[in-house]
Amino acid sequence: MRGKYLLSAVVVVISASMMAPARPSGGTVSGKITYEGTPAKQKPIDMSKEPSCAKQYTTPPTTETVVTGPNNALENVVVYISAGAPDEAAPSKAAVFTQKGCRYLPHVLAFQVNQELNVLNDDQTSHNIHPLAKINREWNKSQPPGAPPIVDKYDKPEMIAVKCNIHPWMHGTFAVLKNSHYSVSGGDGSFTLPNLPPGKYTITAFHESYGDQSQEVTISGSETKTVSFTFKAKPY
Amino acid sequence: MRKMNISKCLVGIAVLLAAPMIVLAQQTETHIGKVTGHEGAGRQLYFRYCWGCHGFRGNGNGENWIPTGSFPDSPYLNVEPRNFVAATFECRSTPTGTLPTDEDLYNSLVRGLVNSNMPSWVTLTTQNRADLVAFIKTFSARWKTEKAGTPITVPPEPALTVQSIQHGKELFTKLECWKCHGPEGLGDGPSASTLTDSNDEPIRPYNFSAGYRFKCGTSNHDLYKIFMTGLDGTPMPSFADVIKPDDAWDLVHYLRTLQVYHKSPELALWMGTKEGAEIVKAEKVRGTPTGSGVNQ
Repeated sequence: MRGKYLLSAVVVVISASMMAPARPSGGTVSGKITYEGTPAKQKPIDMSKEPSCAKQYTTPPTTETVVTGPNNALENVVVYISAGAPDEAAPSKAAVFTQKGCRYLPHVLAFQVNQELNVLNDDQTSHNIHPLAKINREWNKSQPPGAPPIVDKYDKPEMIAVKCNIHPWMHGTFAVLKNSHYSVSGGDGSFTLPNLPPGKYTITAFHESYGDQSQEVTISGSETKTVSFTFKAKPY
Repeated sequence: MRKMNISKCLVGIAVLLAAPMIVLAQQTETHIGKVTGHEGAGRQLYFRYCWGCHGFRGNGNGENWIPTGSFPDSPYLNVEPRNFVAATFECRSTPTGTLPTDEDLYNSLVRGLVNSNMPSWVTLTTQNRADLVAFIKTFSARWKTEKAGTPITVPPEPALTVQSIQHGKELFTKLECWKCHGPEGLGDGPSASTLTDSNDEPIRPYNFSAGYRFKCGTSNHDLYKIFMTGLDGTPMPSFADVIKPDDAWDLVHYLRTLQVYHKSPELALWMGTKEGAEIVKAEKVRGTPTGSGVNQ
């Protein structure tokens, strides 16, 4: 009996999604991510133990736990809709995460649940890719130079810290999200979430060192709403 | 009024009586060879033998373990007990990121885990251990939603040759095993001091010269599985996608020669060559990172 209900519910959901018209251009939420206080000073990375990476830099790159821009802008913040938007099927385009110069490009990679993830190694050294998933499966794979891309996907939303155990300075984040309405703040701290159908949304901003914050936004028609987040910076 | 209360009571009793029967119907079972393990029996054993370290809730927070950095520091243990709620296991025959088979968990109970505080439970019966595995599988919902991974195929071991050992040595360098395990397998590579497990607890890479037991077994077959599946939850990655089976056996043969104090056919053959004899002799001289240029 219960199975029957479930089945009919699934049928209703599927037919509803099939009947839904193409998404209208809708409203937009945009804004800026800033910090207040003194953020931790980023230290130069000592890559001397990995000469093939060290020689790619004239001045040593710095750590990226907090990346800031002018006017207190905060970079690498994932802004996404945590509630109010329906879950969406994954796009066919793969999300690409590249290891280059013993760093992760991009430092924060946002992609959708069940979207293909490709991990590339552009370096002349071995890396091990170790996403420390707690909700999803935790795996850890070696990728020597010239090895084919590691292909995987995640079936549950989660913020996953990624590290390379061989090169302890390499840290990154996989932001696995339920829908396509997300943005990662750039050097000026700005973000834009376009094409939002009318509705009430919870917008969440996540930073790897400062945690997350949420705000409620109601979109009606094709208006543009400004939402800003300010993170309290800790000096250490 | 009173009558209604009695009938309510009767319904309540009926529900109470029925509840264990429902639970019984959903009990986790394991199959180890011909032995069937039962969750209920495993529960009794767990709360007698295991919970001191692995905790009342199976999350590895037993009273014998206090995380590093807290005060007072861990009174008895220096390696964190396995967290069964996370269901991430080091010793598997299955690919990285997948659940281990019942046999994998059972074998860990038989063996114990070297360089940790997990003893061998050979003192228990086969039935006991099978029951314990069934109970351990109740701590994480993953066992309900996922199947155990398909064990990796371990092809038959080819004949041992000097060329095989030499090629394994090249792979050890090429795949950068030495970054953690050290150029001579002493566990002293450049990244060794920075390693942490998935709970940010410090962890040491395996020192091949100390003893003969590996984390997940003692045989060449076990060694093959360790680096092909990786040890999930630790910095040791899986090499299944990057090493071909033949190459993997060459690496196994070479790794055996790093166990300079353990007699093995690999070490004997390696010692018979000029190159091997020099390397092994140098490795036995402790405190020399390269072993060369030392007058003793």
